[in-house]
Amino acid sequence: MKAIKNIGLIIFLAGLGIFTSLIFIGEFKFSQDSLDQVISEKGIKSEIFIEDLKKTVVGKEFDGMLSFSPKITSALETANQQHRRNKEYKKVIYTAPHDMAAFIGKKAGSGFIINNKGLMWFLTFGLGIMGALMFIVPNVILLGTKGIKNDGIYHENATNRGWIAWFVFIFLVFFYLILYFRSEYAVNWTYLLDPISVSLSGNQAGHWFVYGFMYCVVMTVMAVRMYIKYRHNMYQMVRTTSVLFFQIVFAFLIPEIMVRLQMPYYDFKNAFPLDYDFFFSWNLKELTASGGIGLFILVWGIVLTLIIVPVMVYFFGKRWYCSWVCGCGGLAETLGDPYRQHSNKSLFSWRVERWLVHGVLLFAIVMTGMTLYSFFTETGTVLGIKTQNVQNSYSLLIGAFFAGVIGTGFYPIFGNRVWCRFGCPLAAYLGFVQRFKSRFRITTNGGQCISCGNCSTYCEQGIDVRAYAQKGENIIRSSCVGCGVCSAVCPRGVLKLENGPEKGRINPTQVLLGNDVDLMELVNKK
Amino acid sequence: MEHIVIIGNGISGVTAARHIRKLSDKKITIISAETEYFFSRTALMYVYMGHMKFEHTQPYENWFWKKNRIELVNAYVERIDHSNKKLHLKESSEIIYDKLIIATGSKSNKFGWPGQDLKGVQGLYSKQDLEGVEKYAPDNRTCRRAVIVGGGLIGIELAEMLRSRDIPVTFLVREDSFWNVVLPSGESKMINEHIVEHHIDLRLSTNLVEIIPDENGRAKAVTTDKGDTIACDFVGLTAGVSPNIDFLKESGIELGRGVKVNRFLETNIKDIYAIGDCAEQHEAIGNRRPIEAVWYTGRMMGETVAQTICGDKFEYKPGHWFNSAKFLDIEYQTYGWVFSEKLKREFEEHFHWRHSKEKICITIAYHTETKKFLGINTFGIRMRHEIFNRWLTENRDVDYVMEYLKDANFDPEFYAQYESDIVSTYNSKFGTRIVPKKKSWKRIFKTA
Repeated sequence: MKAIKNIGLIIFLAGLGIFTSLIFIGEFKFSQDSLDQVISEKGIKSEIFIEDLKKTVVGKEFDGMLSFSPKITSALETANQQHRRNKEYKKVIYTAPHDMAAFIGKKAGSGFIINNKGLMWFLTFGLGIMGALMFIVPNVILLGTKGIKNDGIYHENATNRGWIAWFVFIFLVFFYLILYFRSEYAVNWTYLLDPISVSLSGNQAGHWFVYGFMYCVVMTVMAVRMYIKYRHNMYQMVRTTSVLFFQIVFAFLIPEIMVRLQMPYYDFKNAFPLDYDFFFSWNLKELTASGGIGLFILVWGIVLTLIIVPVMVYFFGKRWYCSWVCGCGGLAETLGDPYRQHSNKSLFSWRVERWLVHGVLLFAIVMTGMTLYSFFTETGTVLGIKTQNVQNSYSLLIGAFFAGVIGTGFYPIFGNRVWCRFGCPLAAYLGFVQRFKSRFRITTNGGQCISCGNCSTYCEQGIDVRAYAQKGENIIRSSCVGCGVCSAVCPRGVLKLENGPEKGRINPTQVLLGNDVDLMELVNKK
Repeated sequence: MEHIVIIGNGISGVTAARHIRKLSDKKITIISAETEYFFSRTALMYVYMGHMKFEHTQPYENWFWKKNRIELVNAYVERIDHSNKKLHLKESSEIIYDKLIIATGSKSNKFGWPGQDLKGVQGLYSKQDLEGVEKYAPDNRTCRRAVIVGGGLIGIELAEMLRSRDIPVTFLVREDSFWNVVLPSGESKMINEHIVEHHIDLRLSTNLVEIIPDENGRAKAVTTDKGDTIACDFVGLTAGVSPNIDFLKESGIELGRGVKVNRFLETNIKDIYAIGDCAEQHEAIGNRRPIEAVWYTGRMMGETVAQTICGDKFEYKPGHWFNSAKFLDIEYQTYGWVFSEKLKREFEEHFHWRHSKEKICITIAYHTETKKFLGINTFGIRMRHEIFNRWLTENRDVDYVMEYLKDANFDPEFYAQYESDIVSTYNSKFGTRIVPKKKSWKRIFKTA
């Protein structure tokens, strides 16, 4: 069994290694034909750019994106500089340099990778999936009888912030940096997924398709791990299935299929303000131009945020979204599960959390307010501030850095819910409802708590669960996503997630059940 | 300002300090030789098993004590001079108190076995004990086999710990079935099976005779009264605990096995109180033992003595008995009194149900004649403390408990429910026709 695991690990690392090497390798040949395509598709009017490309790129062969990309980006930057200097604003190219590099790169790829997409898929994704499953599945036997399987978590390098964790951290951060800021280096990855993308949407794969596909693959493989680890716990089984279903069907398949049907790309479960660009003018224009379905999406998006989300939180707590439906939550609960113990439980971090998460919510609301004002009044500025600038800074700071690079990249060091806890504006909104108007609570079972601290240690949201449980107090916290792990790891059966009557939900106590009835009355009723 | 000094920073001492602070402005000092900060003793096993780090066992952050003006002194109290209200610490310093709370907890029992003080022989109670296990049994190369002596809650925890690092464990249990002084036979039998399932070499009806040292004064084997010699590198002595009060022998404070206290937790000497594991009631309260070495009773005594010290004199009057534990993977909860066959009273009758495949069972004790519900033991099913506490107060009979059993279930959502099966077994045994009522929030959250 151990041998199978080790072989699996080697296969996985081989797959990961080949996948990573694709950033650097591959042949790129850019023909005159392709250049003409680019000129017409992008509507390029800059003769400087075109001439430059003809000189430096066309007809030449490049070994790896590292040598190819700088030619494009520098050509674009110099061309734009000149045009701006000469006030030829019509000739300025508004595609960002690295997006242009990715766009051209996608057309320029040639050689082994392009001609062997299936084989390359197998050598990367295939080996990765196979190796990971070989590493994970033997646990069915190795983990032994049913029960809590946290042995050795703080002895293992990977789960105790050892060098493996730091390595994974750096790897993930780089991956996200490529995804958001240097997508030309993802071009080779897109080739591997072209066949799948074409069969779904009819289009070639872009780097966001790669991300979506990887997301689903990683979640599925790590969900297998969850199923094995928590196989005795029905709540975890059902919840994992739910979150996997919503990722694969709602976040991945439906939007792709909608594109095939000439409909707008839309994830029906992605609620504003997590879906922060829902009200951006380009989206509103696209939706209103898409006929019935566009209008439906517009209404659905608004109803989802204003009615469905809060009503569901009233009945079930924000867990229905955060740990049952949401994609970010889904990745956190599968890929992130081995790191859940790293969330900081100090009072200080709770303070930081409240400022940050509500700050982001405020940011999102102000930005959307400006966006809508600009949209309806058709002005570019609100009180002298350019709406576009605010949108851009939100997209960069919150959308890319916080949600992506930090949100997932920081898993191995700061736990799996950094984004959900400190950054997600939707979580902040749901949190208000959960805290003030909901039937959800984690019930503390009378006086049974022994203050062991398993619940707090494994709370991914950094809630000091024990602080409540040892006082016999129910846990009502806006940040709780209802993952149910505190209840699972409790050795004394103290915690239960439930939806009950609002009355008595919040029950501050000083003296716990089991002591003198008169004393309890005296102290608790004060 | 009155100075309250508490010896011992366990759950009882710390609870007392917290409540005194809530009620008053008195000066509070906690003295401990074990650790700088309060930690949860019950969680030590999880540190060894790698579920947590030691810092996670500390329920309060380090700034808590200063903020609440609770002074922590890391020292060992050697002697109490009550006539001068003075404590003599080991480093020859002194502390003057106005009121003193003794909350020194327990120490592991040693029954005079030859070799009991050898290296690699220890109990499992303190932080130092944890360090000892880590030193003498860090892995299965250093410790090729461990022997655990004493079949109780700590023994099985120690076994679970060592097994988490694949160390072979031999478990010597005096009784003919695990913990059957406390557990009824059906349950005890189930736990026996579960112990073996975890590849623990369980030896029932077996006593330790002697621990044999190697040339370095370290344990190398034990012999049993069955005539076996078992080679081992570590011996865990887990045959219960007793009050940690040796330093009080000459103090003039009345001692039995523990520090003798009345219902107000006062000792025979004015302004000296004792709480927690080390306190011994003059007369047992209800069915409880005079010394209760249980987490929550320590806490409750702390809650109570704080009232008395702050001028609102309160008797220690624990409510209905309850407790919980975990035997490897099986959670155990108990509410009210269910006695083993060995201790059962003549009017106590049991209804036992066990799942056909899973290691899940319950035992309900009731009065033979009145059918009054006396208590319940559950294994692998979580139950609601509040509901059973209420039923015990309301003197419900066993039929009522069966009928409303679903209200008491505390298992996580989507878990398989066993109440219908339990009730139908009950019906077929007693010829009753109880139909279990659906769970009702209204009943569950009814305020009495």
